[in-house]
Amino acid sequence: MVKNKTYIRKKIVTVFFVCFVIFLILMGRLVYLMVFQSGYYMEQAKELHERERSIKAARGRILDANGTVIADNKTVCTISVIHNQVKEPDRIVEVLCKELELSEEYVRKRVEKYSSIERIKSNVDKEKGDAIRAYNLDGVKVDEDYKRYYPYGELASKALGFTGGDNQGIIGLEVKYEEYLKGQEGTILTVTDARGVEISEAGEERVEPVAGNDLYVSLDINIQSYATQLAKQVMETKQAERVSIIVMNPQNGEIMAMVDVPEFDLNNPYELPEGIDTEGLSQDKKQELLNQMWRNGCISDTYEPGSTFKIITAAAGLEGGAVTVEDRFSCPGYIMVEDRRIRCHKTTGHGSQNFMEATMNSCNPVFITVGLRLGVENYYHYFKQFGLMEKTGVDLPGEAGTIMHKMEDMKAVELATVSFGQSFQISPLQLATTAASIVNGGNRVTPHFGIASADRSQTKIEKFSYSVKEQIVSEETSETMRMILEQVVENGTGKNGYVEGARVGGKTATSQTLPRGSGRYIASFVGFAPADDPQVLALAVIHNPQGVYYGGQVAAPVVRQLFENILPYLEKMDYN
Amino acid sequence: MADRRSAGINGRKTGRGQESFFDFTLLFIVLFLLGFGLVMLYSTSSYDGGLQYGDPAYFLKRQLTSTILGLVAMMVVANIPYHIWEKFAALGYIGSAVMILLIIPFGYEAGGAKRWIRIFGMSIQPAEIAKLGMVIFLASMICRMGRKIRTGKGFMIVLAVPMPICFLVWKVTENMSSAIIIFGIAVLMLFVSCPDYKRFIFLGLAGTAVCALAVYIIASAGSADTLGVRGARILAWLDPEAYASGKGFQTLQALYAIGSGGILGKGLGQSMQKLGFLPEAQNDMIFSIICEELGLFGAISILIMFILLIWRFMVIANNAPDLFGALLVVGVLGHIAIQVILNVAVVTNTIPNTGITLPFISYGGSAVMFLLIEIGIVLSVGRGIRLKDL
Repeated sequence: MVKNKTYIRKKIVTVFFVCFVIFLILMGRLVYLMVFQSGYYMEQAKELHERERSIKAARGRILDANGTVIADNKTVCTISVIHNQVKEPDRIVEVLCKELELSEEYVRKRVEKYSSIERIKSNVDKEKGDAIRAYNLDGVKVDEDYKRYYPYGELASKALGFTGGDNQGIIGLEVKYEEYLKGQEGTILTVTDARGVEISEAGEERVEPVAGNDLYVSLDINIQSYATQLAKQVMETKQAERVSIIVMNPQNGEIMAMVDVPEFDLNNPYELPEGIDTEGLSQDKKQELLNQMWRNGCISDTYEPGSTFKIITAAAGLEGGAVTVEDRFSCPGYIMVEDRRIRCHKTTGHGSQNFMEATMNSCNPVFITVGLRLGVENYYHYFKQFGLMEKTGVDLPGEAGTIMHKMEDMKAVELATVSFGQSFQISPLQLATTAASIVNGGNRVTPHFGIASADRSQTKIEKFSYSVKEQIVSEETSETMRMILEQVVENGTGKNGYVEGARVGGKTATSQTLPRGSGRYIASFVGFAPADDPQVLALAVIHNPQGVYYGGQVAAPVVRQLFENILPYLEKMDYN
Repeated sequence: MADRRSAGINGRKTGRGQESFFDFTLLFIVLFLLGFGLVMLYSTSSYDGGLQYGDPAYFLKRQLTSTILGLVAMMVVANIPYHIWEKFAALGYIGSAVMILLIIPFGYEAGGAKRWIRIFGMSIQPAEIAKLGMVIFLASMICRMGRKIRTGKGFMIVLAVPMPICFLVWKVTENMSSAIIIFGIAVLMLFVSCPDYKRFIFLGLAGTAVCALAVYIIASAGSADTLGVRGARILAWLDPEAYASGKGFQTLQALYAIGSGGILGKGLGQSMQKLGFLPEAQNDMIFSIICEELGLFGAISILIMFILLIWRFMVIANNAPDLFGALLVVGVLGHIAIQVILNVAVVTNTIPNTGITLPFISYGGSAVMFLLIEIGIVLSVGRGIRLKDL
């Protein structure tokens, strides 16, 4: 037998200590991984194990000037079946057929289909969903969700706008105030194994969604609905293409109504109007038609304002000292500008008249004379000062800018045409805003809808403020303009805008659309009341009316009817 | 030495009135590791077992059977005088070579590798037999060589002997890890039996240099496509997150498990990574699940148990009645120490990934049975210790 030698013992001890040292190194490595790197790996592993589902946040509501909710959320349900939890398939088919009014064949096919989860119907009313839940059927799942709902259907559709599938704003105020309205999505974190199966013991981690803030707007649903009614009426009787009506408070720019008929149903914004054959249309073409339908003519389209623009020329002339109310003019029915003969709308001429009478007559040669007296530079200066070169800054997306001659290219003829509202284009809202700023004492206001944003409990209110450019014309000029425009309605071309027992100022316009001679006209009227202290200003623009097309005949009565109804209402409401 | 105290505890009177020794400490450590291993195995494999076989205890039951068989074998072997194995030395060497070769016609596959053969309805991994065979054969051979081992020739012979078996294990069963372990056992036994140090230091430095050079070349080659599987494994070792979807996947998942354990762990049974995320969770990677569930505290406790186990081996080897007994124990020590160290190093991404199981804890029937037979041999050597010799 070979004896165990001393060096062997030493070597065995050496082996043990080498192992011991290696073990210590490995323990050190473990300490590094499990103490210092622990946070990092834990985070990575968590990300791997958790599945995130988002919970939609309730979108903020939109409330009108009276506090009426005009854009709301509706709780809708999605009904689905989970195949391997189903116990009584026949009863499920029976109940779902009855409650959802679906064919038995359709439901049976889905209930019997072997899939992890099968959707039967979405966008089901909450009452129906609750009713189905009350049956307590195993394997039937009722999930709640929010859907934007507009109680007034198509009222103010183009101004309000609508939301898409993820409750995000698509057009109008919905998109402009997205930040306030959308709220914060919540999440449900569930832990799953590698196959994605949820681990029930692990429970779920919920991050509750934060509801969006409500938006308070100046729109008054009563005025809006009345204006819409009038617009539809005139569109029908005059077989017009389009009718736009803007009602605003000239003192601060708050818009009370914005109508642009035909409007569309906000609850079905992707449904094209009846009579349009969508079959065979390409996706692009369809989208184009939808965009057309959603387009807000009040702000996105421009037109030649025509005679309503004489308000601006008059204000510039008075402000620039080029004319006074008493200045006398003679109208032979035309005026020569350089080598061009520009006709008055009254070909026989208005004869001798002072400036006030000329405005009442809407006499073109007089306004051309005033424009020429100012000169290109001065006229351009006022055009700019009145804010006509910039956008109005309304809180809606898609505002169109002004299309105007460059000052260098503006000669006497161009100046002459601009003086009575032709050869350049502005949006209807721009005209209404500029007119409002001239008659309100001379302060250029920013037209707007948004008043404030607040959470449901109104504990956190954010009021919006808008810029005002003061004294674009003097208080005196503004007063003169109010006086002249009241005369236009009392005794001039705008007498169809007269409202019994009220003081109304205003101006009519009839402009031929380009190309000239097409026989297409735009009839418009801008009116305000009370004439001495304007609290409401309305602009009606009727595109391509058939038959009589004069603004005084077609548009002024619309504003009159509107005022007849809303003036007593506004007084009662005690606006401002 | 410090052994006197433990000998006093463990000592008992034999029938002949001579004080003999049975290492209950070793037995207790092994039983503890087995029991702990079964608990962890159940925790780790119940998800997979339930999913694949419809029985969460599937892996536990199989492992339990092997463990019981192994314990019976261990007690039998522990009561056989270990000198009997000297007679089987040559048989162990040739037998393991034959068994490995039998895999070629009769072996069957599992998990993409052909490593098992069936004997009496039990599947056995010949590589495990080869480890035991090599320990017995080398112990016997070194004893016969006597002083010749000190010569360069003897040194080379001992190094050359395991080579054919290593080669067979590597090529036939495509199991390089087992080949490395067998060779490692041989080197360790040679180291102990040879009084020289210089050669081993030289051998160690040369080995380290070759490894470092290989890693350097592969790392600078940089692309996993042009390199083989092992090259890719080395790249994945250097930066597992860059190879997260390929070779680095398992390592990264193991690191997630270890890292998310933290100091106190998620609690027994609370591992997330075992739910299909970490491949081979109940096999090679079981240590990472221990880390995840029991934390740094549990992981270090287990490592301490292994250190204690190795310490007991050292004590028995140092007091073995003869060189053969000592070398047997040194071989078992080498086998277990190398496997534990490599396994923990792989799991913690300290070295490149290679499939090595954790002794007594990882799932594997043959492994636990042959390990217990080895423990039986160690206990048998321990019985030869006469207390008056201490």
